[in-house]
Amino acid sequence: MNPADRSTGQDTGVQRADASAAAAADAHSPLKPIPWKLHLAVLAVAVAFPFVFPSNFMVNFGVLALFYAFIGQSWNISGGFAGQLSFGHVAFFGVGAYASTIVQMRLGWSPWLGLPVAALAGALIGGVIAVLSFRAGLKGSYFALITLAFAEVLRIVSNSISITGGGMGMLIPMKIGAANLQFAERIGFYFLILALAAGSIALAEWLRRSRFGAQLAAIRENEDSARALGINVFAEKVKVMLISGAIGGVGGSFFAQYFLYIDPLIAFGVDKSIEMLLVSMIGGAGTVYGPLVGAVLLALVSDVTRTLTQIQGLSLVLYGGLLVVIIAFLPNGLLDLFSRKRGARRKKP
Amino acid sequence: MMLQVSRLTKIFGGLRAVDDASLEVEQGSIVALIGPNGAGKTTMFACIAGFLPINGGGVQFLGRDITGWPVHRIARAGMVRTFQITQPFARLTVHENIAVGAYQSFPDRHQAWDHAAAVARQVGMEAMLEQPASDLTVAGRKRLELARALATSPRLLLLDEVMAGLNPSEILEIIAIIRSIRDSGVTVLLIEHVMHAVMSLSDQIHVLSYGRIIANGTPQQVVSDPAVIEAYLGRGAADQGATAVAEEPHA
Repeated sequence: MNPADRSTGQDTGVQRADASAAAAADAHSPLKPIPWKLHLAVLAVAVAFPFVFPSNFMVNFGVLALFYAFIGQSWNISGGFAGQLSFGHVAFFGVGAYASTIVQMRLGWSPWLGLPVAALAGALIGGVIAVLSFRAGLKGSYFALITLAFAEVLRIVSNSISITGGGMGMLIPMKIGAANLQFAERIGFYFLILALAAGSIALAEWLRRSRFGAQLAAIRENEDSARALGINVFAEKVKVMLISGAIGGVGGSFFAQYFLYIDPLIAFGVDKSIEMLLVSMIGGAGTVYGPLVGAVLLALVSDVTRTLTQIQGLSLVLYGGLLVVIIAFLPNGLLDLFSRKRGARRKKP
Repeated sequence: MMLQVSRLTKIFGGLRAVDDASLEVEQGSIVALIGPNGAGKTTMFACIAGFLPINGGGVQFLGRDITGWPVHRIARAGMVRTFQITQPFARLTVHENIAVGAYQSFPDRHQAWDHAAAVARQVGMEAMLEQPASDLTVAGRKRLELARALATSPRLLLLDEVMAGLNPSEILEIIAIIRSIRDSGVTVLLIEHVMHAVMSLSDQIHVLSYGRIIANGTPQQVVSDPAVIEAYLGRGAADQGATAVAEEPHA
């Protein structure tokens, strides 16, 4: 059998595969491309969603789900794909939120410009944290702790300097108009965050297909082997933190524009770091669609509990319970459900 | 000369794990580094490949002084090692594992994946491409180490006990594979305990004992060297058993 035969054989096999097989590939063959059909189907559902459910409540649900999918992807790219588990990803989010709000409020820049500014600021802080901790050789739980510490330091700093408005936070004045990144209808925000989330998913898919993604998977699995094969482990880890930081920063900027308010606890609260890693882990860390699946579930749980009860924080309690169940039975995340089914099917004949 | 290690010294605390050891590897040859357990062979490999900083001496590769270079830079220059204790990318498939190596020489996805499949065929793993590396047997993991390193298109392969734990028929297969690798133009430096493999494969043998090179030469020269026999069998054995040991390879 020559290589050409083999690869065309695989391609037609993949094209015939149904969505569950694609999801299985997402969970279990980290470097195989996901077929375009699945991406298009998900995108079609996401585009149709606000037209099928046009109520403010449902569109808001969609915005939050996509927002968590987006910032979850920020964690997933460094934590899931490259295996650098962080507890302080909110640092990127908060720095992005403040950077874009500061250039808007203090310098009078357009909030649209705030998005790339937030990306740069997030990438910068990602790079700084990466260089400092990876130079020092911090791995695993040490890296997780140092990121947590960075986020806390940033929270305290933002609480005590004047440019951020200190503990009072910053209120962005309401000036509705698309040029001002404030949409009269929530659907405008919906399509903005959909575009961002789709971009982050495209990036994750590119990682599966690219040399860079293969190098990240190698680093995640075994740094010594990766190094032995010629991979510059330090440089690749810094690169992935730059990318992850940029996404987190844009997420912060979007959040500030959506709620028009930012303060140190919102911008650098530990809860957001936890949510970022939870949505990826519940959906499936290191998969393309893991953060989206986890985020839809998180938004569902939080909306359902908020509608049915008045208890503050109950949604996170429920979500935590869900996490325990998922870690016990599906340690690779919800997307693993599909591959298990597929595995069982494969064994029968 | 492809690789020239001169007066390499590596000290751990009070122990001179590698002591003033020199060796040379000529382009296109298969060279073995042998020695009793604990002689410092793997340490010497780690020093040559940049995994451990050295305390003295130097390493020249393809005419360049690579002493002190980081591991990845040495690997990119064309010297790639395998691990005695296999270190697969456990949650990746065999094909993906080898592709990581192949990506180092082929940045394009299709080329890298095709090259990985070709390397898998070369080492007899084509039937296992879709298996997760964690499901492989010891023999499979050893082969995967070899394949992954080979996929980077190295000039010099450092193989650390790729035959340990294999059964006799698997060893024969690996011997044939290593020979085919050399014939394809890759120079090989190997650490090995399986003596009949060392004897039949090697052009040159270096013997390490207590961190020092005590002998080198062709297989015939080395096995009849009294210092080598003493290192393996103990003092006095050289006189009694020299003839027996010398004839063992023909058995």
